[in-house]
Order: sequence, then C-alpha cells, then structure tokens
Amino acid sequence: MSSTTIAPAEVEVEAPAEQYKGQNVPRKEDRRLVQGQGVFVDDVKRHGMGYIHFVRSPYAHAHISSIDVSKAEEIKGVYGTLTGEEVASLTDPFFQISSVPGAHLKDFALAVGKVRYVGEAIVAVVAETRELARDASELVEIEYEPIAPITDARHALAADAPSIHEDAGGNLMWQGTYEWGDLDAAFAEADKIVKIDELHFHRFNSTPLETNGALVEYNRGTGQWTIHTNNQFPGFAAIMMGPAMRTGLDKLRFVTQDIGGGFGNKITSHPQLVACCLLARKLGRAVQWTEWRTDFHSSMSHGNERWFQDTEVAVKNDGTLLGFRTKALDDAGAWLRYEPLGGVIWAQVTPGMYRWRHIKLEFTQVATNKAPVSPNRGYSRMQHLWFTERIIDIVARELELDPVEVRKRNYIRTEDMPYETPNGCVYDSGDYARMLDIGLDLIRWNEREARRAEAVSRGKLLGIGIGSTLDSGTNNFGQSRMINPELQFSGNNEVATVKLDIFGEIVVTLGTTPQGQGHETTAAQVVADILQCSLDDVHVRAGHDSYWNSHAGFSGTYASQFAVTGLSAVKGATEMLAAEIKKLAGAVFGGVPPEALELAEGTVRIRENPEAALPFMACGAIINANNAGLPEDLGVTLNCRYVYRPPFEVPDVEKKFGNLTLTYAAQVHVAVIEVDPETGYYDIVDYAAVDDCGKRINPQIVEGQVMGATAQALGAVVHEQFVYDEDGNLLTPNFYDYHVPHALDMPPLKTGYVESPSPFTALGTKGMGEGGGAGIHAVCAAVQDALRAHGGAVVTDSANPYHKVWEMLRNPHETKKLVSVVDA
Amino acid sequence: MEAGTVSSSRSITVTINDTTYEREVEARKLLIHFVRDDLDLTGSHIGCDTGNCGACSMIVDGTLVKSCMMLAVQADGSTIETVEGLADGEELSKLQQAFSSHHALQCGYCTPGMLMSATALLRANPAPSEAEIKKGLQGNICRCTGYWNIFEAVKEASGG
Repeated sequence: MSSTTIAPAEVEVEAPAEQYKGQNVPRKEDRRLVQGQGVFVDDVKRHGMGYIHFVRSPYAHAHISSIDVSKAEEIKGVYGTLTGEEVASLTDPFFQISSVPGAHLKDFALAVGKVRYVGEAIVAVVAETRELARDASELVEIEYEPIAPITDARHALAADAPSIHEDAGGNLMWQGTYEWGDLDAAFAEADKIVKIDELHFHRFNSTPLETNGALVEYNRGTGQWTIHTNNQFPGFAAIMMGPAMRTGLDKLRFVTQDIGGGFGNKITSHPQLVACCLLARKLGRAVQWTEWRTDFHSSMSHGNERWFQDTEVAVKNDGTLLGFRTKALDDAGAWLRYEPLGGVIWAQVTPGMYRWRHIKLEFTQVATNKAPVSPNRGYSRMQHLWFTERIIDIVARELELDPVEVRKRNYIRTEDMPYETPNGCVYDSGDYARMLDIGLDLIRWNEREARRAEAVSRGKLLGIGIGSTLDSGTNNFGQSRMINPELQFSGNNEVATVKLDIFGEIVVTLGTTPQGQGHETTAAQVVADILQCSLDDVHVRAGHDSYWNSHAGFSGTYASQFAVTGLSAVKGATEMLAAEIKKLAGAVFGGVPPEALELAEGTVRIRENPEAALPFMACGAIINANNAGLPEDLGVTLNCRYVYRPPFEVPDVEKKFGNLTLTYAAQVHVAVIEVDPETGYYDIVDYAAVDDCGKRINPQIVEGQVMGATAQALGAVVHEQFVYDEDGNLLTPNFYDYHVPHALDMPPLKTGYVESPSPFTALGTKGMGEGGGAGIHAVCAAVQDALRAHGGAVVTDSANPYHKVWEMLRNPHETKKLVSVVDA
Repeated sequence: MEAGTVSSSRSITVTINDTTYEREVEARKLLIHFVRDDLDLTGSHIGCDTGNCGACSMIVDGTLVKSCMMLAVQADGSTIETVEGLADGEELSKLQQAFSSHHALQCGYCTPGMLMSATALLRANPAPSEAEIKKGLQGNICRCTGYWNIFEAVKEASGG
C-alpha cells in the first residue's frame, strides 16, 4: 500500500454530504410484510409445543373458595395446568412502583385467593391444540363467594366501600399534591374565576390488531428461558419478572421480530409471561400463548380513566390565563401494573401549551373492579392535555371570546423557546401559533361563517374545534421518584451496535422493539449518511434479541423516543465505526492520519488521492480474517457498541421540579363537523392535522404516524369505550361492541407540518407518534361549538358518541350546570 | 364434553397457491387455524376471532372470505389464494409494490388481509372510485395507518 502521508494541518475536514436523511426512502420492512413473510409471535412454533388457555373470572369481585383442575387434567391431550396457589409458592409478588398504600399490593401472575375484575386469569391450561386447551378449561371447577364490586372510581373511597386490596387497607393507591407558582396571587389578580365542577376522560385503548402473546422455551441444562414475545418494553418486563421468578436477568432471553401494533398496550404482559415461563419449566415443553381478542379487551392495558373535579381557572377579562387548580381522580383498575406512574407522567406537560404559571393539581389514584390500566398511546399526558384544552374552550365560551384568540394570547411563543414550565420541564422548540394558522388555513377558517350558514340551510349544525397538544418524548425516569422517593431510577438510555463484517456487511443491531415505526429504515438512513454508502449496504437486524448485547435497562419502543434515543445510539455507534475504519485504513496506508481520510462510495480513501481507496469489504476482511502484522496497539474491532444517555438530572422530589422529558413535539388539529340536531349524529366534514416533530428523518413515516394517531383519536372520541355495567361486566369485549374506525369511517384528512429542530438532540429530531390525542380535543371542541346555537351544552366528557350528543341537545342543562363564572 | 372424548376428524384436500394439501382435520377447526397451524402458512393473520377485522381474509374459489368464519372442512376441495401467492417469484405484484411506495402499512399485521380484499376488489372492479375502494375495504381493520395511504395505494394499483 501507498506510504503517502499528508499533514493534518493542510486538510480541511468537510462534513459528509447527506443523502438519505429527510428523504422518503421506501421501508426496508415492507418487502417481507407485503408477502406475509413477517414473523409475528403467533408464527413461532416448536415441536411438541403446548397451547395455553387462561381460565378467567366471571365475577368482578369475589373470594375464590376452591379450585379443582383434576377433570381438565384427565383429558387426553391436556399437558397440565397452573394455578394461583402454585404461582404464589414458586414466585414472589411483582415489585410495586408505588409508595404506600399501593406499595402493599401482592400482585402475582395468576389470581391468588380472590378475583378483582371480570377477565382476571385464575388458572392456565395447556393442551395439544388451541381448541383442546379451551375445551379443557371448561372443566376447571372454581367456586366463588361474590363481593360487591366498585365500578365507579368516585365511590371507591367511600367509608362503606368494599376493600379491593385488604393488603393496602382500602382502595386508595396513591395520592400526591402538585403545586407551583402562587395560586392565591393568581386568583387575586384574576378578573374572573371559571369553575368547572367535573370533567371526565373515558376508558379506551388502542386495541392493536395483533393481541399479546409468547412462545416460551425452558432450557433445563442452563436454567434459561427464551421468551419469544411481542412485549414492547422488554427492559421493563425483565425487571418485573426476574425478582418475581427469583432469577437473574441472564436467565431471561427476550426475542421479538415483527410486532402487530403496540401503542403502549404491550408493555405490561409480564404476568402472563411469568405464567408461560413457569409452565414451560413445569411441563418440560415449549408453551405458546396467544391472547384471544376478548381476553385482550377484558384484561389488557386500558387507558387511564380520569375525572377532574372542582376545577377553578383564574383568568383576565381579555382571556389571559393566570392559573388553575383542580383535583384529578384516576381509576387504576384492579392492579398497579405500570401505575401509579400515570400520577406523574402527566406533569411532563403541566401547563399544556400555555403560559400560565400558577398551577395546583391534587392527584388521587384509586383501585376499582375493572381491568388494570397501563400505558396507552399518549399515556397520561393525553388526559391532562384534553383537560387543558377543555379549559380553553370553556373559558372562551363563558367569557364570550374566540377560542382562536384565547389560544394565541396564551400559547407559549416561539421567542420564549426553550421555555421552562412552572415545574421545570424545558420545551425545546416550536411555533404553536404558526401551526394553528396552518391548520386554520387548511380547513378554510376564513369561510367559516358562510359554511355555517350553508350547513344551517341543510338543517345541520356546523362546529369547528381546535385541539392543541404536545407529544413529550424521551422520559427522564427520575420522575418516578415523585411517585416513590425510594425508587432508584433516573435518566434514560438506548443502545445500538454497528459492525463491519468479513465480507463488508454493515450490520446494525437495535435495542428497540418496533411495532411498525420503520426503525430498520430510519436507522439505515442515519448509518448510510455517516458511512457514505448505499442504503442497501446497511443491514439492520429485524426485531430485538437480548442475546445481541444491544440493549440497556430502558430499551424498548414506547413513549415517543426512537428518533432521539434510538437514532442517537445508532449515530454514536456508526461514528465510532467510521473512526475505526479510518484508523485501520490509516495503518494499512502506512501511517495516514484519520483527518486525511474520507469515507465515500463504500470505501475509505485518501482525500487528496481518491484512487488510494480501501473498500469496506477489505476493511472487514483485514480485521476479521487477515490481521497478521497489524500494529499491536491498533485498538480497532470494527464492532462498535454505543449507549446513548440523554442529559438529565434527578428531579427535585420535594418541589416536584425538574426536566421530565427531553423533547416536545407539538400538534394542532382542527376539526369541522356537522351535527344533525334531530338525532345527534355527526360527520367530520373537514380535518387538518399539523405536526412539528423537529427534523424528520423520513417524512412519509412521520406523516403515517400522524394520520394513524388521528384515526385512533377519532375512534376514541366518537365510538371506542370500555363500558362496564354496575356488576363489573365489560359490555364491549370484542370488535362488534367496541367499534374502531373502518375505511368508511375515515373523514378527509389534511396534513401540514412545521419543522422546529430540537436544540437538545444530536439529529435535531424529536420523538413523535403519540400526538393523536389532539383529535379528541378537537372533536370535543367542535361538538361544543356546533351545539352553541342549539341549547349551548358544554362538552364535559371525552366520549362523544351520537347518543350522547343527542342527550346534550335534548338536555343542555345537564352539562351547563357543571360550569359557572364568578367575578374574582 | 366428557373426559376422553375426541371430536370427529376427516380428511380434506385443498389447493393453496398452486400447492395441494391433503390433511386429517378436526371438524371444528377453523380454516384460518388449519392454514396457519397445520399447513404453516402464517402469512394470513388473526386479529379478532369474530369476523370483524379481516386480517385472515383469503380468496376461496374466487370469493373473498374471512377464514375465521369458515371451518376447514367446509373448504374441502377448494382452491384458495392467500397473501403468500400474490408475488410472482421475486417480483411483487403491482398492489404489493403500491402498498410499499404509498406507506400503506406500518406494523404489517392487517396487510395480508387488506391485500387480499384489495385484490378481490380490483378483480371485480378494475377501476374503482374512491367510494368503491372504501366500501371494498370496509371489512378490514387497520389500527396503524388511518387508511388513507391504503386507499391511495389501491388507487395507484388500479391505474387510477
């Protein structure tokens, strides 16, 4: 090789030309998925595996007096069973995130001694086929002594309420008061106080089309379980499962490939995974569990149902918002599976998008005899942001102001960015007023009065509503200490490895567990730009495998963070690899300094002499198979692992103050609806979704998230609801009764964007994907606007099915009486 | 059901994507479970168990069918098309290609059923209007995309 040397001082280092970031490159995932060649969890099979069916409670609240599995076990083809008593002897209760009283819960993989909601798993039956397992489950005999259930969180703390968790001394799970600024001063300064007695955010979730599942194998020789699953946060599952199963995390291997949607609803499957692990060991065979649709609806990850009571808003006559105080009552359902984290997660977006500085919120979380709540797209922030948006529209209504003007008067301004909120969160960048203008233009705001009149001529009531919302991403897990100061979590991390293999393959491994977000594609875009190679040269391993050494404690795909945590890890690892390639080439070229080298066209070459080039294939071959004679201290492996760690401090637990998330993507949605005053039926006739998530690596993927999240929001506000009767029976346990949007339900969608790069992230990106809640806010506002001229009902619930709108038309007083305005 | 009872089985023959399979199958087994569990053709999926979501859609003797709503024994003698048969060797069909270029899939779980419904639609109506596309896909639930990119993909594949 050439022995040319070039002095570094003479070389100008240029940033490599970007080719792929910001482009709509086709997704690497698509080719397998459009051919039915994806590997989802139910596609994984093993010889002789047994199918698991869970026997579930028909009662919302009951003591279990006896369980008899003998008849089921006698059936030919039934491999065995698992009961709560066995679980209680083989495992410890799951670690509780909560401080007292929630800390006292004894939560196991199966019900022990008592059932607390309809659908709670009591016994697992394993058989040769799915059908047989289900049949045999019918033969499990369980005797119950029913107890009165609590299905309305507002009654959970009544003196005579039955206790759901005797261990916790009642139904209170967690309580905390948050207060920032000077409430007394704010209310003294106010011209008006707007009072809202009660607002209610309803219970639903994102119902991914693929339900939860696992195939679990136990290796008796090594004591290790291999858990093929679609759990979307294996880091969390591992820390829940290891201590409960009395085993080290090296014995729990998590493997995923393709996941059929998650939306947060696949984070808390650890109880079922423990049951699978125990059965795999007990029966000495692989076991397979795929949740039936009804099992998903009745037991998995409902979104937090929340009331906001006794709200008071301090406001000036011109609509300037000074502050608010409220009491949030949160219904956790029967167990704390991720809760009470919802009791602090909302605080990531304490003031919403507005500049009020004086805020008090008393948060109370209670248990009820309903399915446990867990993260759902927009987790806990959606409820709070719906609340702040409701305040804006109710204040505008009471003060007879234009909701557009109230928003613009109070929005945090682009010149205020980065903006520190009253509780110490830092909004990184954004221009909310501009987003609103774009949204209003898209729905032809200037023609609104003519459209309203035209709708009236057809006997329809036109309503326009705005939903402004934030998608806070990249959690600082230190916020969990506000829930429980004894927790030892803080910060965040994600991992990627990038290596150059023997024939020049660039192999990327992620710690994440994507469920359709296109990580293979966007990771490859980042890698190819740094290494200056083609996208096809970058091979991103599909899925997650904890054998790959590419994960850390917070690895997973949840909470709007891949574009920051995942891609920063990819960038870090690729830059390490790029530096090593240059180091190696420098040595091969006989001592060329790295500054004199560049990566281009899949080679490393001397900048001033591009013909002196070493293809990546040669680099990979030299290190891996032809390394004799290389300098001893070269320090190059071409196999680079990088752990991204965002810059966080531990929040002040006493003052509940600190930066809880790194980035703040924003969304402004505008909905135009037409209501039939006779029936309450309404159509969404025009709709705009404007998104700002900073730099977009792949705009088409971003837009896909925006549209999909919007569809979920529209489903939630119009149709979707987990409805329980007073006995605690779930009335919407399948897609007949739980209506999600179909093709014919989709209104026209217009999208717009603003790109405000985050100053806090390596690529200017922000996490995104959860901003769809704006659709709920926008439709609620539109319904209230449409009804303004027809009784003037106030929208006080996030669920607005047609019959509800009909009720509001018939009896507007029912909601109007909840709102009042007084002089301060 | 009494302990030890075995439900009736019978032998059936089906031709799926040009391959003929002869198998003993329990009378109560659903077509989708037969195809996925017994024949290992896992491209077709299950999302609801109740005929609502369409993830299991196949074309059986030329008719679009939700295969969770049909017993395997009812398909005896049938010719079945599933997602695995859409591509011509390595070459994706126009529809598959359009799904990718329009970002009409995210997680890809509904996609096989969606593609089968769209294939049936385009055979029956090679140039559907937007309203006809929506109607043709109304039996398929997608929780990721919000559907519009799917409509666009079908439109492009139809040449419209």
